[in-house]
Amino acid sequence: MEEFTLPPPRTNYLNAEYGVKSWLLTKDHKRIALLYMGGVSFFFFIGSLYAMAIRLELLTPQGDLTQSSTYNKMFTQHGIIMVFFFLIPAIPATLGNFLVPMMIGAKDLAFPRINLLSWYIYMAGGIITIYALLAGGVDTGWTFYTPYSTTFSNSYVLTTGVGIFITGFSSILTGLNFIVTIHTMRAPGMTWYRLPLFIWSHYATSLIMILGTPVVAITILLLAFERLAHIGIFDPAAGGDPVLFQHLFWFYSHPAVYIMVLPAMGVVSEVIANFSRKNIFGYKFVAFSSLAIAVFGFLVWGHHLFVASQSVYAGMIFSFLSFAVAIPSAIKVFNWTATLYKGSISYDTPMLYGLGFIGLFTIGGMTGMFLASLATDVHLSDTYFIVAHFHYIMVGGTLLAYLGGLHYWWPKISGRMYPEGWGRFSSLVVFVGFNLTFAPQFVLGYMGMPRRYHTYPADMVSWQVLHVLSTAGASILGFGLLVPLIYLAWSLRYGRIAESNPWHLPGLEWQTPSPPPTENFYETPIVTSEPYEFAPPETKEVVGKFEKQAPAQT
Amino acid sequence: MQSWFPFIPESASTISGDVDAVYFYVTGVTIFFCTLIWLVIFFFVVRYRRRNAFEIPRPIEGSHKLETLWSVIPLIIAMSIFVWGAKVYFAQYRPPQNALEVYVVGKQWMWKFQHPTGQREINELHVPVGQKVKLIMTTEDVIHDMFIPAFRIKMDVVPGKYTSEWFEATKPGRYHFFCAEYCGMNHSGMRGYIEVMEAKDFDNWLSGNANQTSPAAAGQAMFESLGCASCHGANAEGGRGPALIGVFGSNVTLNGGQTVRADEGYLRESITNPQAKIVTGFGPIMPSFQGQVNEEQLLGLVAYIKSLSTAKQPVTPTAKPPATGTPQSANPVRSQ
Repeated sequence: MEEFTLPPPRTNYLNAEYGVKSWLLTKDHKRIALLYMGGVSFFFFIGSLYAMAIRLELLTPQGDLTQSSTYNKMFTQHGIIMVFFFLIPAIPATLGNFLVPMMIGAKDLAFPRINLLSWYIYMAGGIITIYALLAGGVDTGWTFYTPYSTTFSNSYVLTTGVGIFITGFSSILTGLNFIVTIHTMRAPGMTWYRLPLFIWSHYATSLIMILGTPVVAITILLLAFERLAHIGIFDPAAGGDPVLFQHLFWFYSHPAVYIMVLPAMGVVSEVIANFSRKNIFGYKFVAFSSLAIAVFGFLVWGHHLFVASQSVYAGMIFSFLSFAVAIPSAIKVFNWTATLYKGSISYDTPMLYGLGFIGLFTIGGMTGMFLASLATDVHLSDTYFIVAHFHYIMVGGTLLAYLGGLHYWWPKISGRMYPEGWGRFSSLVVFVGFNLTFAPQFVLGYMGMPRRYHTYPADMVSWQVLHVLSTAGASILGFGLLVPLIYLAWSLRYGRIAESNPWHLPGLEWQTPSPPPTENFYETPIVTSEPYEFAPPETKEVVGKFEKQAPAQT
Repeated sequence: MQSWFPFIPESASTISGDVDAVYFYVTGVTIFFCTLIWLVIFFFVVRYRRRNAFEIPRPIEGSHKLETLWSVIPLIIAMSIFVWGAKVYFAQYRPPQNALEVYVVGKQWMWKFQHPTGQREINELHVPVGQKVKLIMTTEDVIHDMFIPAFRIKMDVVPGKYTSEWFEATKPGRYHFFCAEYCGMNHSGMRGYIEVMEAKDFDNWLSGNANQTSPAAAGQAMFESLGCASCHGANAEGGRGPALIGVFGSNVTLNGGQTVRADEGYLRESITNPQAKIVTGFGPIMPSFQGQVNEEQLLGLVAYIKSLSTAKQPVTPTAKPPATGTPQSANPVRSQ
């Protein structure tokens, strides 16, 4: 028998160094992305446990699982953990951190140390928040409305506020790092219009991060001063205004919705184009719609205050602007759909998640119109309709895109393939479970069920039926989310070894081994092609009856 | 408590039908576009599925005209929803004339109501059918929200000011109301019923609970006991302080020249924070009554001052207050 000697294992970012210290002091953006992935997954797990407890409690009209005060803490903590510690960092800090340098052909982010610092800040904020939850919890709702949060709540408002305040800085640093990197570190030939749309959406997200996050920091600071020293800014007895808090809070927290969903749109643009082997339909429209969303997103906060004693005319202006911000999102949905036309569409797991995203995001976006419209918002605000609407955006949008992106880049990140059959199966389970959980809540909301209710009237039989459906859906969703957790972990050891370009794609991140070396590329790539260029651009077809047919071949 | 359509709450006010109409319109638009997009995606995904591992489809350039088309059409539809929604909302928030005014005070975790004739209720409100009812609301502690699904109305109740909402019930019945703004531990228990009655039943109910002190009468007693009379006059005709007769609903000229409409919020501010707006011709001598009167007493004082306008000075803002002995008294109330 001939003897084969295996070639020595190639050095990559995972095996370049070993030991805890090599991870905790790493300056490699790919390792930091994995650190973030650990943190984000941990917080998502905690947040999900709260969600399950909430759904179980609502099975019956009475409060039989927990006390009201405990229930209030559960939905508050579910919101805080999910928003600040999962949704905001999920895609930018993990996939973004890993892929922004790789997609533009750079060796790392512009400020590797700041990148590591941002993870430590994130974890410090997270640990302080977890401490607050363990010490006694917080019960103000994730929105911290005054004067309940400043004067009346007997819970760990300040400690939680400190946690969120600190975490905000990690988001600012990440945004700063992305902006500088995208401006200064693109590979030769990587012009702005050759950037993958993932980069455009992360650029837009970064703008919101650095412009919006300081406002929430200031707001939390004012809240702390008010609670500690009673400076009176939110207290009508001292000439302040409790509604001012809501203006300040939503000035950040509405754009924060776009921090959560813009990166998701970036992932979906990648997935839709690459898994149908087509260039994206209307690249510039999709790219600039991200920037338009980032800009207009700052002008619509008042639609959270239609029934908060804001003036009728302010309400009308904010309603108008809220409808206007819907248009760039609509453009994206139509362009993704048009990208599929005459493509070569695969049914791989990332594509299933991508298609699921479009379907659910469309519902989430369209139901936003009920809330932008003044007459219906008066009836629907603070009901389960709102809860359903933002979960369609946050879970149906961001979470699905995150999972899709995770599967898509898993071979690059881990060097292993995930089991495709399990991937498809779990994506379908997630889709079905998600819809069963949140679709009934739209109906509940219009029927008048307020949100943040521990108990509801027992004579509303239809409410209970809808709650039972929702809880059943949540169980399916929970199961659907556990499956990938198991097989992704399994694949790290037993998965098939991934090639450098398992999906046969043109993107720069696939032109280097899997997992990549620490410096990403052995040689700095030189970009000569358009994004998503599967076929030579000369063969391009122009569609649309209104334009002249371009010559098919030159 | 079901309507003709199983997923719609009871519709029992003059505006609930209008709100439902907007709701159905937006639902129709949503279902149409979602279905359209899903069907197109489904068709493409099946029709253009990958048939062999090596196929490379022909790239397609975007089309500006198509993209403009699918930017403009959604914009037009969005604007139609905006205009319709704003129109209904505007009608919904224009305060009606001659409404029955019920004072509402929210507190953790109960709702207190007082009728203009003095009857008090807790977590239950009796109103007549076919009459406009205006709720003038405030809170003793945190922000609450009075949400009546069957009437499709909702308004936050904010500390330090008065907010209002109104409805006209169209059919007798018993309807839920809820606190819709999270207000602490027992938030979900802060709910009750609106009992809409035929006019004669309502009158019976009122007379069955007669001999109550009306808010205005209670306010008058407060006016005397707090010593307001020493400056504003025994009959509120004015003195060192401005006359209060006819103030409500008029335009008051302040020191510095600007004018302000004297609504409930203005009266409230002038009691709790008198230095904020000084009527022209008067000095800043009034002490604050912040903390000395609770919300219900404050509402009583406001009701008393309002009664001085509605009884003696109906809706004729040009009329001057009755002549009095003190010369300054004509100054403060200036109408335009």
